[in-house]
Amino acid sequence: MSDLTSIGAAEIAALVKGKKTSAVEVIEAHISRIASKDSAIGVFLAHNTEAARDEARALDARIANGEDGGPLAGVPLAIKDVLHVLDGEATVIRKLRQAGAIVMGKANMDEFAMGSSNENSAFGPVRNPWDVSRVPGGSSGGSAASVAAGFSPLALGSDTGGSIRQPAAFCGVVGLKPTYGRVSRYGLVAFASSLDQIGPMARSCEDAAIALSVIAGEDVHDATSSPRPVDDYVGALAQPTRGLRIGVPRGFLESGVEAGVMAEFDKTIAALERDGAEIVDVVLKNAPLAIATYYLVATAEASSNLARFDGVRYGLRVDSASARGSLKDMYGETRDQGFGPEVKRRIILGTFVLSSGYYDAYYLRAQKVRTLIRRDFDTAFASCDVIATPTTPSTAFKLGEKTANPLEMYLADVFTVPANLAGVPGISVPCGFSNGLPVGLQFVGPMFAEATLMRAGRAVERLFGPGHQRPVF
Amino acid sequence: MAEIEDKLLTHIAALARLSLSKEEIPKFAHDLAEILKYAEALEQIDLEGVPPMSHATEGERFRPDEPRHELTRDDALRNAPDQEAGLFRVPQVLGG
Repeated sequence: MSDLTSIGAAEIAALVKGKKTSAVEVIEAHISRIASKDSAIGVFLAHNTEAARDEARALDARIANGEDGGPLAGVPLAIKDVLHVLDGEATVIRKLRQAGAIVMGKANMDEFAMGSSNENSAFGPVRNPWDVSRVPGGSSGGSAASVAAGFSPLALGSDTGGSIRQPAAFCGVVGLKPTYGRVSRYGLVAFASSLDQIGPMARSCEDAAIALSVIAGEDVHDATSSPRPVDDYVGALAQPTRGLRIGVPRGFLESGVEAGVMAEFDKTIAALERDGAEIVDVVLKNAPLAIATYYLVATAEASSNLARFDGVRYGLRVDSASARGSLKDMYGETRDQGFGPEVKRRIILGTFVLSSGYYDAYYLRAQKVRTLIRRDFDTAFASCDVIATPTTPSTAFKLGEKTANPLEMYLADVFTVPANLAGVPGISVPCGFSNGLPVGLQFVGPMFAEATLMRAGRAVERLFGPGHQRPVF
Repeated sequence: MAEIEDKLLTHIAALARLSLSKEEIPKFAHDLAEILKYAEALEQIDLEGVPPMSHATEGERFRPDEPRHELTRDDALRNAPDQEAGLFRVPQVLGG
């Protein structure tokens, strides 16, 4: 049998359910790989080793008793640290565990999911398994690196402006941001509530489709979760490339894509056309305004959401002598010391755009541009099934390369942010390498068209063959 | 808005309940000005008659307004930095 840490979630579940291997063996193989290799990457902030062993033993016993084990039986799972795992367990984690998945630990990320490089973590950066001098992307950098490094075939991330898709592209894995409302946000620490979605990261579209099938659906704990029926995402993988209408917004792609990334993107689009896809020109006229719009809308929501971190109900309280014993000074000191620089920057920007005298000029204006960005998608989807772009304008950059310039860092999300603003789903799939670093191709689809994204993602996987290339680190 | 004065930044930080250090104020004022300069692109767009979009959900959904006892008082207080007699305890609010 091949190495249990190199195979996918679907294959693991089949082996465990068929009693070809045990969940205990699967978990031990991953525990041992993490123990010997994670010091080079820095994925895990907390390990769940003993509980994972207990759960694996219990699962094996249930399967021995003739129970099914679930679609993710024995599959190791890494959880982005922004999700609650113990009391008040996030709905997505409850569902994945019921489906047989086993939590290995909590993965590093940018503080409060704010960042594009994982360098905004108080626990230190994560390194990219393809080149440890480079960032894994962010903010779900630990989750992406875990999947790429073989620490878990599956991880959960959250995506407010690209935080699943951008690190998936940088680490050469599949990452899906579902439609707003497709997956319950209960148990996710809120960043920007009108944009946040939780989604799967995996080494194949099939594994992402299985995980999405498990986590999608209405939840009584999240009023924005949709009652629409959940589609057959796994079944959609078998649909042919032929006849798929792929829109390419050439005008939008002029916004500074690295030559190596553009070359892999163009090659992939040409190959999809040879396989029978129809390539259509589409226009996303207002998409170049998405980053500016996003940093007004998302920070406004963040400034409101993060008001709850005030040293009263939970978390850090700083109540020094210099705070003179007043409530207001306790708030101010707690928040100044508790938040990192990027989080403070965003709270300040968000507070500013919502403040009296500036609201109309900034926040309200941005909300109107958001309408235009959404309308562009609605218009484009009249002539195509999915829209393709590179996921990111560059491959993974060096640690420290963009930390001095916040705005330059924000532009790493230029192609991912529009989908969050519009609410539509997006997937990043690997589409080759540039100078040894993974390149990601993003498909964006209409509202609730995740099944179409799976069809499109699988079309790209067919081009690159079944073998997943593994990083050496 | 090419520049953000330290005085305005101090006002915003007070609204956000952030006791910034003397070193942080000019730095964040600079960053805020840079980002707002970038956002000037939005001023060129004709938005006449365009409604604002606050979320992407398909209409409001309500549930019956019935109490559900999912969080006990003890659970709510479990992570509190300070508590007394079943309540969150905070520094003095008025006077002093």
